[in-house]
Amino acid sequence: MFYREAGDFKTTYSADNQTFPIKIDRVGYYVALVVAFLIIPFMINDYWANAILMPFLIYSIAAIGLNILVGYCGQVSLGTGGFMAVGAYACYKLMTSFPEVNIFFHVLLSGGVTAFVCILFGLPSLRIKGFYLAVATLAAQFFLVWLFNRVPWFYNYSASGQINAPERTVFGVPVTGPNTEAWATYLFCLVFLVICAVIARNLTRGMAGRKWMAIRDMDIAAEIIGVNPLKAKLTAFGVSGFFIGISGALFFALYLGAVEVGEAFGITKSFLVLFMIIIGGLGSIFGSFAGAAFLVLLPVVLKVVGVDMLGWPTDIVAHLQLVIVGGLIVLFLILEPHGLAQLWRVAKQKLRLWPFPH
Amino acid sequence: MKTKFATMAVAAVMAAAPAMADLVFPSLSYRTGPYAAGGIPFADGYADYFTLLNERDGGIGGVPTRLLECETGYNTEKGVECYESTKGEGALVYQPLSTGITYQLIPKTTADGIPMHTMGYGRTSAANGKVFSHTFNYPGTYWNGASGAINYLLDENGGDLNGHKIALVYHNSAYGKEPIRTLEELQKKHGFELSLLPVDHPGQEQKSQWLQIRREKPDTVLMWGWGVMNQVAIQEAANIRFPMENFIGIWWSGAEHDVLSAGAKANGYKALTFHNVGRDFPIFEDIQKHVVDTGKAAGAGDQVGNVLYNRGMYAAMLAAEAAKTAQEIHGTADITPAMMRDGMEALSITEDKMAGLGMPNFGPSFDVSCENHGGPGLVGVTQWDADSQTWSLISDFAETDMEVIGALIAEDSNAYASENNIEMSCN
Repeated sequence: MFYREAGDFKTTYSADNQTFPIKIDRVGYYVALVVAFLIIPFMINDYWANAILMPFLIYSIAAIGLNILVGYCGQVSLGTGGFMAVGAYACYKLMTSFPEVNIFFHVLLSGGVTAFVCILFGLPSLRIKGFYLAVATLAAQFFLVWLFNRVPWFYNYSASGQINAPERTVFGVPVTGPNTEAWATYLFCLVFLVICAVIARNLTRGMAGRKWMAIRDMDIAAEIIGVNPLKAKLTAFGVSGFFIGISGALFFALYLGAVEVGEAFGITKSFLVLFMIIIGGLGSIFGSFAGAAFLVLLPVVLKVVGVDMLGWPTDIVAHLQLVIVGGLIVLFLILEPHGLAQLWRVAKQKLRLWPFPH
Repeated sequence: MKTKFATMAVAAVMAAAPAMADLVFPSLSYRTGPYAAGGIPFADGYADYFTLLNERDGGIGGVPTRLLECETGYNTEKGVECYESTKGEGALVYQPLSTGITYQLIPKTTADGIPMHTMGYGRTSAANGKVFSHTFNYPGTYWNGASGAINYLLDENGGDLNGHKIALVYHNSAYGKEPIRTLEELQKKHGFELSLLPVDHPGQEQKSQWLQIRREKPDTVLMWGWGVMNQVAIQEAANIRFPMENFIGIWWSGAEHDVLSAGAKANGYKALTFHNVGRDFPIFEDIQKHVVDTGKAAGAGDQVGNVLYNRGMYAAMLAAEAAKTAQEIHGTADITPAMMRDGMEALSITEDKMAGLGMPNFGPSFDVSCENHGGPGLVGVTQWDADSQTWSLISDFAETDMEVIGALIAEDSNAYASENNIEMSCN
């Protein structure tokens, strides 16, 4: 009954090629955009912005980036934390060196810098695969964190080695620094997320995405049918790095405001983003959103239920949280290895037939 | 979606019903993770003191206190979430017990008008109240600690440290890097040699650092460690047979759990402190009677009298005294965060006051002023006795080199002020 093409006539090629060919999907997409842009900014408060929505938006960008690399191109990466750090430190250096330039361009440029670094560390992928590549990107993770801790130029020689985001404005409204309004930072991140998601969606539907998937499914066969593995793999690293860099820059400048590289961008961050795309669904843009939402919301929900509603001691709730998150990950991998995105696909299939399954 | 609505409903209820009837003290504690060993006793001490006030005196100035505990795991992201979720409840003062979270909260608390007290940690230059209006770090800072350690060494070595070799083993983070600049300045002044040995989070792997110490044979090792790093360092020092009496830790590296695992070999290890240690204070009888015996002790209730428990209790005492001062200044028992800030700025701790609270000679006497949020910076030295398993104070609370530290504080805080366009207050 739902999600049917019936009655939705396409009369042009562009209509046939659109992102959401099914009407109900399209309507849902526009409704989500309207809610996100026109309703939430008027209802948001500091707690919702800083505890739930901002991390969700920023991790979604990171998850989309990693999903392009791991889910679409099949190149396992454990360097996400390090690449986010590149984005954050690039943003910091740009913000402090060129204070007159708008922060919007700084964030885009930090994505560019990260894309470059990511391509550099992607070079070994031309020779090694699978676990060995994972180890190579793990080296990137440790090297980058060490670098930002070791070379004082990156943190402008501050005594503590911390980087702090100075105040920057967009159209006169502060988006970084302490005097920000919740709606401003939220909208700034949302704009980036929407741009990134649209780019990622269209890249993966087009030639570039098909090349990546060909490499992922079988690289030798892909090479035989004319896919250049050098170009395909390096573009995947580059695009992925661009998104991860943007998320790192936003994570530092808008969300945390002050960052210490070892603590904020350590190996745990790499694993967290990897878990997001595994739980959400490899090779799916929707999955990146679902995974990020799941791993951002779950701890908050558990805390609200455990501490605020049931009044349990905080340490017991914190330990329970580890147990529950770990248990759910295992459960998910057993029951639905393709993640939340696959659950959604199955639900859609069922909805098409409902209420007459035969 | 259901859970989403449930959390939304809970958040709405929390936002709609700010309990104005009591004084709210949030405790951003960490009872999990690699730093829990230090976080638990501090959080217990902090909670127990407020419980004691409620049970014995009916709160502060007749208004009961309410402790909001939020688990951060020493993680800055969770720290932000805890801050945002508690600030709406009328939180009077934040004490995050983490230098990383402190750096994050300094601009946020200033913008929200809530004071923050970072007792013996955080950003040292926040001692300059002209720049950091809402951040306090009395009674002492890391730079006092660094200078205090050097002064102690000067005393031990007859006032001359020329050619003396000092190695600093530090947690490779904002926290551990704090003393470096002060030590470098003092190095110029006193002519000792300084070598820096960073240890990465969480600090379980220190073989190479201690190998280097074994090779370089420094006369003294200073340590800025926290959490599991302390135990490992003391064990490694024992393994290379480094003389423990020449090994001095900062106040965050000198609690029972840090030295117990190395057993008898840790005997003689020293640590700095800015408050007294041990259980020989009348207040512990009250805590035993009103808190422990009534089953209201925080956590497992087994930390009473430990070094970090005392520190948590001391932090709570200073917060409660500041709240009392605020009540007197503003003539109302139901104070706001802005009033609390005034109270902290006018706080005066005297020996009589501490004796009256059952904590005679527990810490230094000091007055906070608008310009000086850092207190007098008096530093004492404690030593571990492995036989009796006790820490004891082996020196007086001594002055530190405020000439050097004051200049550094002015330099760093002015740089912060110009970076963030802050106008100097206190005029």
